[in-house]
Amino acid sequence: MKISLEDLPYIATGAAFLGTGGGGDPYIGRMLATSAIEEFGSPELVSVESLADDANVYTIAMLGAPTVLVEKGACGDDIDLALAQLQEYTGRRADAVIPIEIGGVNSLVPVMAAARTGLPLVDADGMGRAFPEIQMVTYNVHGVSCTPLVVTDEHLNSLVVNTGSAKRAEDLVRVCAVEMGCSVMLSSYLMTGRQVKDSAVTGTMTLALAIGRAIAAGRRAGDPVGALLSALRATPYYSHCKVIFDGKVSDLQRDTRGGFSVGLCDLVALDGSGSAMQLVFQNEHLVARQDGAVRAIVPDLICVVDRETAEPIPVEGLKYGQRVKVLGVSAPPILRTPAALQVFGPAAFGLDDPFQPIESL
Amino acid sequence: MKQSGIHYTMRLGVDVGGTNTDAVLVDGLRVVASCKQPTTEDVSSGIEAALRRVLMSAGVEAQAVTAVMIGTTHFTNAFVARQSLLPVGILRVALPAARGIPPLVDWPRDIRQAIGGPCFQVRGGVQYDGRVNAELDEKAVREAAQQFREAGIQSVAISSLFAPISADMELRAADIVRAEMGAEVAITLSHTIGRIGLLERENATIMNASLARLSREVVRSFGAAMRALSLQAPFYISQNDGTLMSADFVERYPVLTFASGPTNSMRGAARLGGHETAMVADIGGTTTDFGWLAGGFPRESSVSVDVGGVRTNFRMPDIYALGLGGGSRVVEQGGDVAIGPGSVGYRLLEEALVFGGSTLTATDIAVAAGYAEIGDRDRVAHLDAALVERCVTRIHDMVAGGVDRMKTSAEPVPLILVGGGAVLINRDIPGTTEVIVPGHAGVANAIGASIAQIGGETDRVFSYEQSGREAALAAARAEACERAVAAGARPDSIVVIDLEELPLAYVPGNAVRVKVKVAGDLAAGI
Repeated sequence: MKISLEDLPYIATGAAFLGTGGGGDPYIGRMLATSAIEEFGSPELVSVESLADDANVYTIAMLGAPTVLVEKGACGDDIDLALAQLQEYTGRRADAVIPIEIGGVNSLVPVMAAARTGLPLVDADGMGRAFPEIQMVTYNVHGVSCTPLVVTDEHLNSLVVNTGSAKRAEDLVRVCAVEMGCSVMLSSYLMTGRQVKDSAVTGTMTLALAIGRAIAAGRRAGDPVGALLSALRATPYYSHCKVIFDGKVSDLQRDTRGGFSVGLCDLVALDGSGSAMQLVFQNEHLVARQDGAVRAIVPDLICVVDRETAEPIPVEGLKYGQRVKVLGVSAPPILRTPAALQVFGPAAFGLDDPFQPIESL
Repeated sequence: MKQSGIHYTMRLGVDVGGTNTDAVLVDGLRVVASCKQPTTEDVSSGIEAALRRVLMSAGVEAQAVTAVMIGTTHFTNAFVARQSLLPVGILRVALPAARGIPPLVDWPRDIRQAIGGPCFQVRGGVQYDGRVNAELDEKAVREAAQQFREAGIQSVAISSLFAPISADMELRAADIVRAEMGAEVAITLSHTIGRIGLLERENATIMNASLARLSREVVRSFGAAMRALSLQAPFYISQNDGTLMSADFVERYPVLTFASGPTNSMRGAARLGGHETAMVADIGGTTTDFGWLAGGFPRESSVSVDVGGVRTNFRMPDIYALGLGGGSRVVEQGGDVAIGPGSVGYRLLEEALVFGGSTLTATDIAVAAGYAEIGDRDRVAHLDAALVERCVTRIHDMVAGGVDRMKTSAEPVPLILVGGGAVLINRDIPGTTEVIVPGHAGVANAIGASIAQIGGETDRVFSYEQSGREAALAAARAEACERAVAAGARPDSIVVIDLEELPLAYVPGNAVRVKVKVAGDLAAGI
């Protein structure tokens, strides 16, 4: 299928939901994809199965501070350059592009890249949600090398980074990003079609689109949250999903630490039971505890939506008094393996609680 | 407010809305007289009529008036209705950055066609920390200005990358454009209007530029109305943050009046209700607007606000609109009742049961319950008492829910009710200390305009390493206060209403750009 201009608002809503509170405002991504499609036409979305085993698949993503992103946006030829430089460096001609994360702004940057380059876009990603750092991706868990990695900025400066580990690449690129104006484009995790089949979370672009469409249809029919849950239950990954709390925001504490937005959000139940929930976040929501007991924990998805409209509410949009529903949603199985949990399980975020799947809570 | 000297502060507050022009004459804290007149096509004759009536009914001479404050939704309405807008020459100074999102990218097609003139992107702007992004391409600016001139453009919008950090390149580009196009061209610069967020700031800048001709006409018509009444007092126009702008400032920045309507309404309601910190609920025919006022100023919205389909990042009051009003339809659904969001709106006088219509509305419920006296009570006598009670409970629950949603903490707060639908409420509302329905609530907007304050601003780079943060902030505050006093504010009434620190990481010495805005009451005798 082709991704049309009409699909973009739905993808943006679905991506905001899968961002689990973080991932950056998909609005800028939607604008970038809109102007690219208006200029270059709709990109082709292809399934993981359709890739040849020896196909060369390139990731593309934006990295940096959301507050800078809203001023600088992106250019397009910085994306082209990152892809071209990595191809030149490796000598492997690109056959397709693939997102690193489906949650937030980085779901739509690859749509822009595919529209500009004419390359097909693979319907998959490496998170099935959003995470804050570039080593927190299934590609890394499955042994795909993060580097060589190319970073570019709007002045078309570029850097090739080679490191021994994905975490080291993250550390170096963060520093470069600050010098390059705090928001950069990068291409990394060059994969073969075979590696994509083994390591990617498949079908997630289509799922983001379906989630966004379900919310919109639910609004017309008068039950957006119900429609959202039905849509999730029909998916291969997010099928264990439930409303784990129905309440209002009663307190908020936030802080910016080490480049992350960290904090706590307290909720009280609307049914008058006096029950309380606390959400802990570091860009994304990490754990939801009800009256002290864990109800959902990373890498499962904890998503806060407006209780009437099902509009996903990012962490920066939380306000005292908001009426919300908190959804706990199962992460794709590929994110729940012991190896994966080492990279983005509770311990990776400094939480003492062990991972417990949402369906057992 | 304490009065000093023998002069009374007789002030006229005016609210020019889409339908009505309201005027009030205020003497200190006392409302002397008020009136409502239809808004006229030319604006000025409506203002003139309203002011003449209010002065006559109070028996006050025009010479006794010390100031005239005008609030207006005229510019917002013009933009939303796409009327009287100028085509705009658009210049973005940010290349090589931001070129992936061209200007106007997300604008509705009709308004893009109405005001989108020639559009250019040129090199320039700074980075997030004040470093140069690219040197200003003066030749490209000059060529853009020539094209604007050839296209007959009269108004230009200039936005440069991170202009809130450094506006130098916007100012230089404006000089070049003016030199090419002549002194009469209207120029709007983004740093005067918005904050970080290029797309939203640029949108607001273009909106402002599109209103350049209308603002000239409207401000002149305000002046004409003053002259026709021989009013010698200065006149001011209120802006989004509840402070006043001089007429010539509004002529240049009409977009800064966009949210002044709700601000004036909330501030007026609070003044009438006797509280500076309170919840305000404006219950109309279809919706109830809730807003939270702290220290006399409305809390600002933290999300982007669409005006006429265009995304902006104006400082707008945070308003929560609930589908409950005097005209809300009441529907019974198997034992439960639903009130709103459907409403008969302005047709209340024909459709409500108490007016001989056939639709059960929230107003009918208030009449049937015995606490509102509107229309013919006999026409609702047949309603089941249990149903009426359920509806009354539901209406009060809805308002309590709105209050709770807008509160900043669990503490109970005073609730001030204004608007025609205030009659729907006659019981205590949980979470409030008291429910106040003040007199003169119908002209709350004009009252709000009459008590708008005088602002003073400063915007300067300080080296925190040299002076220390505290001393720098104190210096900035003192400077802003001086300016407010010079503009007519009473020194002992001045408070800081906005403080912003933007660190310039690249500049040595821990340089920080400090923006302070203060506001104070208008001094007596001015």
